[in-house]
Amino acid sequence: MELAPAFQLHEVSKRFGARWALVRLSLTVPRGAAVLLTGHNGSGKTTLLRILATAVRPSSGRVDVLGLDAAREPDTVRAQVGLLSHAHYVYEDLSGLENMVVLTRLLGEPRATAATGMERLGLDPRDDRPVRTYSAGMRRRLALARLFLKQPAVALLDEPFVELDPTGVSELEARIRELRAAGTTLVLATHHIEQGLQLCTDRLHLDQGRSIAA
Amino acid sequence: MRRGLEIAAVVAIACIFAYAAWVGLVWAPPDREMGDVQRIMYAHVPMVQMMLLAGTINFVASVLYLFRASWKTDAIAEASAELALVFGAIGTTLGAIWGRPTWGVYWAWDPRLTTVAILLVAYAGYMALRRFVDDPERRAVWAAVTAIIIAVDVPIIYFSVKWWKSLHQVQSNPRTVDPQMVHALRWNISAFFLVFIVFLIARYRIALAARMRETTVPEAVQGTRQVVAS
Amino acid sequence: MRRPGVLASTWVLFRKDLLLEWRSRARINALVFFSLATLLLFSFALGPDTALLRRGAGGYLWLALLLSSVLALGESFRVERENSSLEGLRLVPVDTRAIFLAKGIANALLLAALGLLLVPVLVALLDVRIVLPWERLLTIIGLGCLAIAAPGTLYGAIASHARARDVLLPLLLFPILIPALVAAAKGTALVFEGDPMGQLPSWIALLGGFDIIYWGLGVVLFPRVIEE
Repeated sequence: MELAPAFQLHEVSKRFGARWALVRLSLTVPRGAAVLLTGHNGSGKTTLLRILATAVRPSSGRVDVLGLDAAREPDTVRAQVGLLSHAHYVYEDLSGLENMVVLTRLLGEPRATAATGMERLGLDPRDDRPVRTYSAGMRRRLALARLFLKQPAVALLDEPFVELDPTGVSELEARIRELRAAGTTLVLATHHIEQGLQLCTDRLHLDQGRSIAA
Repeated sequence: MRRGLEIAAVVAIACIFAYAAWVGLVWAPPDREMGDVQRIMYAHVPMVQMMLLAGTINFVASVLYLFRASWKTDAIAEASAELALVFGAIGTTLGAIWGRPTWGVYWAWDPRLTTVAILLVAYAGYMALRRFVDDPERRAVWAAVTAIIIAVDVPIIYFSVKWWKSLHQVQSNPRTVDPQMVHALRWNISAFFLVFIVFLIARYRIALAARMRETTVPEAVQGTRQVVAS
Repeated sequence: MRRPGVLASTWVLFRKDLLLEWRSRARINALVFFSLATLLLFSFALGPDTALLRRGAGGYLWLALLLSSVLALGESFRVERENSSLEGLRLVPVDTRAIFLAKGIANALLLAALGLLLVPVLVALLDVRIVLPWERLLTIIGLGCLAIAAPGTLYGAIASHARARDVLLPLLLFPILIPALVAAAKGTALVFEGDPMGQLPSWIALLGGFDIIYWGLGVVLFPRVIEE
């Protein structure tokens, strides 16, 4: 029996106030695919990723993730999807490790995985300074550590290379290749087209909320 | 055709209202003790009743919205909340005007009056919330939640104020045993009810039109795009 | 890997909220001084007849707590907005009822601590006596702060996403809390002055009923409030 595709969108539109971010978007992403999502700022990339992550519901249209209806079973979908967003989802007054431990407890994972997760991304778990003092690059690494901790079946990355130095970029590329090797479906939105093309097999280009043939 | 019917209905209701006003202000006898001032009751009582009716409609619409989202329900909720505010404010003011010459005070901290006053502030907050939220779906959900909280609080407010202080017995149904006064009151309640319905429908249409303007999907330029693994 | 249920998640998030409150204790210090300042304001605005002030002590306590709660509740959600942490929690996923319970109880605890701090100040400032047993006062403070926290957390979430949030929160919250305010203030006044007519149990019952209703409503409605 064939597995359901990672994503199936049917006529999905999203409106914010008077502005339409996505307009009647339909697409299918098979499992294990790696999609490069491109488009100018304001073309709807972030909105699309957020809808795929069930962070927001579409204004109209249907979203199926891993064979599940995202509107009916959002929590089941969320357990298998990881989103790296512009927002880092961390608490400024807690240390990096404290932030990670909250997540491990909520995932039911042993506490030790928080420390190892941080180390894999080059962060020091014993650093108990609050996240408020972190540099932009460190915050980005912490956000990635949170994503990898979850070991999702689908990874949605919104501009992950921003704010990383060259070492960070190559490390991230290595992590992404590991994800792909493990069969994780990937949707990567980035302006760094060269890196994106190396990591992805397909491309989806958005223009003003509509998909354009690449 | 339908427009003609609507105009005819509004004209008819206006006539009924005018008649009821005449009944209350001219035909009904003046009160034995309060005199002509008592005639305010024919406007005050129906107004407050319409406020409570509007509040009930708002609560029901809000609960319905949370069960099954629909712009119609949201529009009814918005319209009824605004009417509750308007009718309530005017009704309370009339009550204050009535109170001064009859009981010597504009205001008394009794359960019914106080509950209505709190309700007015609460609905003002509801309307402020609607104004300060831009996204229509979130606005509808949050307004519905707020309306439910307000409605649940009404009996609690009433009882707490009752325990806190009570002297309103006087203002309950006045010694209007006089059948003519009862007749006048009934006419006015009916007239105000019809006017209320007219306002509700009109305001509902305005709200619904605004929702529709906010939410139509533009036609797509491109069709479906498939992404297939290579 | 077994994900925790609602109560376990509540416990995790509650500890997180307490930890956050502890880390921002400089701000909490400022909050304490704010509430003390309001007590002073009441004393000056309504004094200097100390007998009159003493009779109003119950009311002043709860007014000070109510005004402080707006600041505390606002801050409680500001930390979630900074990096969209609330969304981060939703996407783990976490049962949203746990978010409400954890934040609500943490807020209630903070307010209760504030209330307990204000009592000795009232005793000193207005020569207030605590005539009835201590536990009654603790009960009233506990139930009263729970009463503020339930709709407060619900409205705090709503207001933090709306425009004019610092004026919207008190506007939405204050009318709803009037019954609780009345009950708490009256109850506290009775604890300070004695209860010859045995009215205290009624006020405590009112507070308790209010709490049950609004915590129940909160658990049901909060998930709808924060979904997008």
